[in-house]
Amino acid sequence: MIIETFGITKVFKALVAVDHINLSVEEGEIFGLLGPNGAGKTTLLSMLATILKPTEGTAKVNGYDIIHQPAKVRKSIGMVFQAPSSDELLTGWENLYLHAMMYGVPSNVRRSRIDEVLELVDLKDRAKDLVKTYSGGMRRRLELARGLLHKPKILFLDEPTLGLDPQTRSHIWDYIRRLSKEEGVTVLITTHYMEEADALCDRVAIIDHGKIRALDSPANLKMKVGKSMIRAKVKNPNVEKIKSLPYVSKVEAKDGDVTIILSEVGAHIQEVLCNLGEASFVELRDPTLNDVFLQLTGRGIREESAESWEEKLIQVRTNG
Amino acid sequence: MGELSGLYALWYREVKVFLRERSRIISSIVNPIIWLVAFGGGLGSTISFGGADYQTFIFPGVLMLTVLFTSIFFGLYIVWDKRMDFFKEVMVAPLSRLTLFTGKMMGGCTDSLLQGSFLIIIGLFFNIKYTPYSLALVILFLLFLSAATTSLGLAIGAQLSSFEGFGLIQSFVIMPLFFLSGALYPLENLPEWLLVVTRVNPLTYIVDGMRGALLGLNHFPIWMDIGVGLVFMVTMILAGTLSFMRMH
Ligand SMILES: Nc1ncnc2c1ncn2[C@@H]1O[C@H](COP(=O)(O)OP(=O)(O)O)[C@@H](O)[C@H]1O
Ligand SMILES: [Mg+2]
Repeated sequence: MIIETFGITKVFKALVAVDHINLSVEEGEIFGLLGPNGAGKTTLLSMLATILKPTEGTAKVNGYDIIHQPAKVRKSIGMVFQAPSSDELLTGWENLYLHAMMYGVPSNVRRSRIDEVLELVDLKDRAKDLVKTYSGGMRRRLELARGLLHKPKILFLDEPTLGLDPQTRSHIWDYIRRLSKEEGVTVLITTHYMEEADALCDRVAIIDHGKIRALDSPANLKMKVGKSMIRAKVKNPNVEKIKSLPYVSKVEAKDGDVTIILSEVGAHIQEVLCNLGEASFVELRDPTLNDVFLQLTGRGIREESAESWEEKLIQVRTNG
Repeated sequence: MGELSGLYALWYREVKVFLRERSRIISSIVNPIIWLVAFGGGLGSTISFGGADYQTFIFPGVLMLTVLFTSIFFGLYIVWDKRMDFFKEVMVAPLSRLTLFTGKMMGGCTDSLLQGSFLIIIGLFFNIKYTPYSLALVILFLLFLSAATTSLGLAIGAQLSSFEGFGLIQSFVIMPLFFLSGALYPLENLPEWLLVVTRVNPLTYIVDGMRGALLGLNHFPIWMDIGVGLVFMVTMILAGTLSFMRMH
């Protein structure tokens, strides 16, 4: 296990941000922490990166204890922060150069290493420009490159695609997959985009109010919800009847909007619809990680995330 | 080894950013000229001290003012750094707090000493005569001053989390340090209270040392000026290091 936590906990005044979490991440995997804003993802990651001290419990990262061997932990990890953290007053190349020096990359390989990571994130032609002039996606790519510069065994990515447009987002996913494959780094990524966790991660821990609610591969997580879902609009649904069918695992009805989770849709759809009542609308779909979250917590992942990251950033800027 | 190249990186960043900000460099040249011409020239038309005209008399004071303000604000600026996310990247680097402090401090010293050097050159146009000896002494005192006050700024800034206290720091630290130092008036014939206050202000000795070197107008013996400057610098560096160790 390259990362292992032992009842790690962080309390801010009265708020338990991370609540006795035990998890382990295997070498080489892309591991996701999925949860809504305020779930405690950044706090957990900050403790693993030795920026924050746990209130209770500890963790091992690359075999080193985060409390007693922080310097060794820091050498083993690369970190991409939630908010942009490159130095705007310097060029992309200078940002990388300073990072290489701070992380003790030997001087004879500094330049070639910088070229390598710039190549990896396609930023070679803009490397000599000030970061001020970069787009959001370019800054993220620069920060990814920077996180890799000292060849860490583990890369921490805190919401790496927050606030990016869908196209840039899928580009970044490609880069992350490539890193994991070509460099063999273990990736620990936090996100509140279920598509991201689904598309990218080998395993996902669903986290809410500082606790892990479920942990498995995306496919298995969805499987636990049921193999398939039927959504239908029905005036007077016969909920009891549907519930009694052996292959139906869950039925929810609200204002004529019915959601049925069942083990296999193909063979049974006819029977379900016959028993349901007259439907004005029917939709079949596979469950998403959002459905998993919904089932675990009774609410969607995005419901609480009305306050977007951009808004927060503006607040910080104006407060400062 | 890693700490050393990290130190170099931290220093390199500050100097790069400083040299890139033309407006800061320009104002660092223009501000002291305004002091010398408007304040020194204006008051100097009616007074002179110890045979030196007032403009020449306050030149060491203006030198101090320039380096003091640049250094202390550079240090206090750490408050802003801490709020900006790029500083997190520095905080998470595998570098000791001592290295972090030293790198920042040396960066700030370089900035303010560069400004000091511009001003030393400008002095040539204001009838300041340098000898190798006086130049060496002035640079030594500026080094004490910039290292001490950059450290002071960093020590305070590392403990603050917002700019709220800045007005207070200006009123109770920076202004008294400057105005109660003899930068603008001689140390003879002062009222009793001012006599006491100027003698406990370490900057008094730094101005006195520079004035002695450049104009031959010492109030204290030179070894005393150097001694106080050195102790001031070492104390502030220790304070800054401690403050960085406790930051966050
Ligand atoms: N420095 C702090 N002081 C007090 N509360 C904090 C601090 N940092 C985070 N929190 C709180 O801890 C909870 C978890 O935050 P965070 O880890 O940032 O969540 P996430 O990254 O999942 O959105 C939130 O309720 C947040 O307000
Ligand atoms: Mg977060």
